[in-house]
Amino acid sequence: MRHSTRIAVGPVQFRIGSDWRAPIDALDRLYAGYPKDMARPADATVRLFAARPWRRWLRPSVHIGGDFIVPDALPLPLSMGLLAAEMGMNLQVALGWRRHMLLHASAVARDGRAVILSGESGSGKSTLAALLGEGAWRLMGDEFTLIEPASGDALGFPRAVSLKNAAIAEMAARVDPARLGPLLAGTPKGDIRHLIPRADAIAAMHEPARPALILFPRFGGAAAIEPMAPGEVFVRLTEASTNYVALGEAGFAALTRLVRETPAFGISYPDSAAGMALVEQLWAEAAR
Amino acid sequence: MADRLYRAPAAGALRIEPLGDLTAIFDRRSMQTHLVVAPMPEIIAAMGDTPCDAAMLAERLAAMFDLADAGDDDVAAVLCERLAELAALGLAAAA
Amino acid sequence: MSAVRTLVDLLAGRRGADGLAPRDWDGVIGAARAEALLATLAHRLADAALPPSVAALFADQRAAAAVARAQALWEAEMARRALAPEGIAFVLLKGTAYAAAALSCAEGRQIGDLDILVGWHDIGRAENELIEAGWEWVKPDPYDDAYYREHMHELPPLIHKARDRMIDVHHTILPRTHRVTPDALAMIGDAVVADGGFAVLCPSDMACHCAAHLLADGDLQGGLRNLWDFHCLTRDFAAADAGFWGELDARAALHGLRAPVQRAARLARDLYGAALPPGWNRNAAGDGWFVRRLLARDDWGRPTHFALQQAFYIRSHWLRMPPVMLAKHLWTKWRKS
Repeated sequence: MRHSTRIAVGPVQFRIGSDWRAPIDALDRLYAGYPKDMARPADATVRLFAARPWRRWLRPSVHIGGDFIVPDALPLPLSMGLLAAEMGMNLQVALGWRRHMLLHASAVARDGRAVILSGESGSGKSTLAALLGEGAWRLMGDEFTLIEPASGDALGFPRAVSLKNAAIAEMAARVDPARLGPLLAGTPKGDIRHLIPRADAIAAMHEPARPALILFPRFGGAAAIEPMAPGEVFVRLTEASTNYVALGEAGFAALTRLVRETPAFGISYPDSAAGMALVEQLWAEAAR
Repeated sequence: MADRLYRAPAAGALRIEPLGDLTAIFDRRSMQTHLVVAPMPEIIAAMGDTPCDAAMLAERLAAMFDLADAGDDDVAAVLCERLAELAALGLAAAA
Repeated sequence: MSAVRTLVDLLAGRRGADGLAPRDWDGVIGAARAEALLATLAHRLADAALPPSVAALFADQRAAAAVARAQALWEAEMARRALAPEGIAFVLLKGTAYAAAALSCAEGRQIGDLDILVGWHDIGRAENELIEAGWEWVKPDPYDDAYYREHMHELPPLIHKARDRMIDVHHTILPRTHRVTPDALAMIGDAVVADGGFAVLCPSDMACHCAAHLLADGDLQGGLRNLWDFHCLTRDFAAADAGFWGELDARAALHGLRAPVQRAARLARDLYGAALPPGWNRNAAGDGWFVRRLLARDDWGRPTHFALQQAFYIRSHWLRMPPVMLAKHLWTKWRKS
């Protein structure tokens, strides 16, 4: 492939190849602060490619592929090449990673313990995690949280945080502009800007944290806390995991242990400040 | 139908983990996870390692738990259905 | 040297893992994934000195393959529970059969669908029992469904509602319109029972089927994987039975599969270093094109040699269908895509 780069996030070493220079340049800027090990072989391959050679120039559109490819997936315009690259990284990890149980969840850590925020896109988990990560918390990741089967520890996967729509302004008001990627307007998921995690979060990305709380956030509605029974948490987390089944008994053991040892709550909140307050409240109670 | 014999999996095939109101069962043969509620875990326990039909199962359950009207036809009919469900999940097999 | 060539050399044992640079590993791992050979490579190099991240990746792959193998054998067990009580005998084919018989090619092998062989007279009843036991049709295009039933060697695909796994029920091993018609009844009649009670093809039929699947049934996509199976099967069967190659030749003649079996053997020699007995060890015109097609993958895992791929695609359909049918089928397919 004409252009390429390498990025290591948490335990995963990516190689990313592209028919165009622009997405590679955008990735290099976003991940400039991440440690690089040029001697390490890649665990996962992402390819950004043109369906036909002439589509590199004529109405260029970026198809996402690599180790795994979704057939019939719609391509993105070249202006959203960075988004395509991030989606590609998500895809390869979601379908190919087998060392840890993958949860579609954000996580933040403090004093060696982790709060896991599980939910679909739009639940607000990414924004909450990003906001907490600008305070006393270490951001572990906004898209995936890894659980190590043997120890039960949570492991971070701190990629560039994908901020959508209103969350962009909320974060832009609080961080150094140098930590924000370009505005990708009008994507299939609305407006997107990427936030580079704080330097301390990047430096600590290999540090495990013991799960202390599992939260299922729901943005909108009055502030409320609802304790959740382990059976229900188990079901919801299997739905939030892309590789639970592939892990066999190790996955079952890891998930039952996580669910038994970690208190879980559904939380709903009208705005970010209320959401963060609920997290702090539940954290204080869990610490007792 | 009521006299169909079923057999539970061999010892060690299932890993059973209670999770509050639900019981999570991992089947080591199929690598599948099943989430069941009462009376499925009790039925699996009562099946033991000898084949049984719905009526025999009712007696075993009555001996293990406080079941009113174990000899009732309704109980046997319900257990028949549960056994068929377990068979569809692979957790019981026709003996 | 290209990544796919290095991959083949590593599997063949022609080359050791030490001395591979990090970029070499990128290409080998990428090519292996694309050829469904990564877990196989992980088994092959289980005791090699590897960079730590590669060793960890390979350990993950071996563990995942063990889970997948259990799932595949379970599908066979559930098919047995549906069919055996009705007296419908079936023979396991391909990956599930290799796993049931604990053959070396099963190590690290990805197994997708369950493939079983059933007598033509039992096909209708098998269909009914499977549907009753929770399998259902993958909703087909009416054109494809008609084509399948009339011309292919299997029922249209079935998928299990709850377990989301597919079963392919074959009554012969090549399509009915194929120029070659192997003797399915002989295959069923001479099936052997593996440990665990499942019926699998006898060794020479298993190797014949593998060669047929590799060379007579498709356009060689995934060919390196199938060829590896053929290589392991013949090597292991020959080690256990001095007369194996002779039996294989006789059986291949019975099924009209001598040409693909002999070509598979030569390709296994050329790529994986198979030791062939006299009579098998020739060189034949056309082998070079097959080697080129099998190795048509670049260091980013992409298929290469587009024209060669197309040639093999058309060839595979030419083998399967009379010319008029082929034209009509390709036309309809092209119009709909």
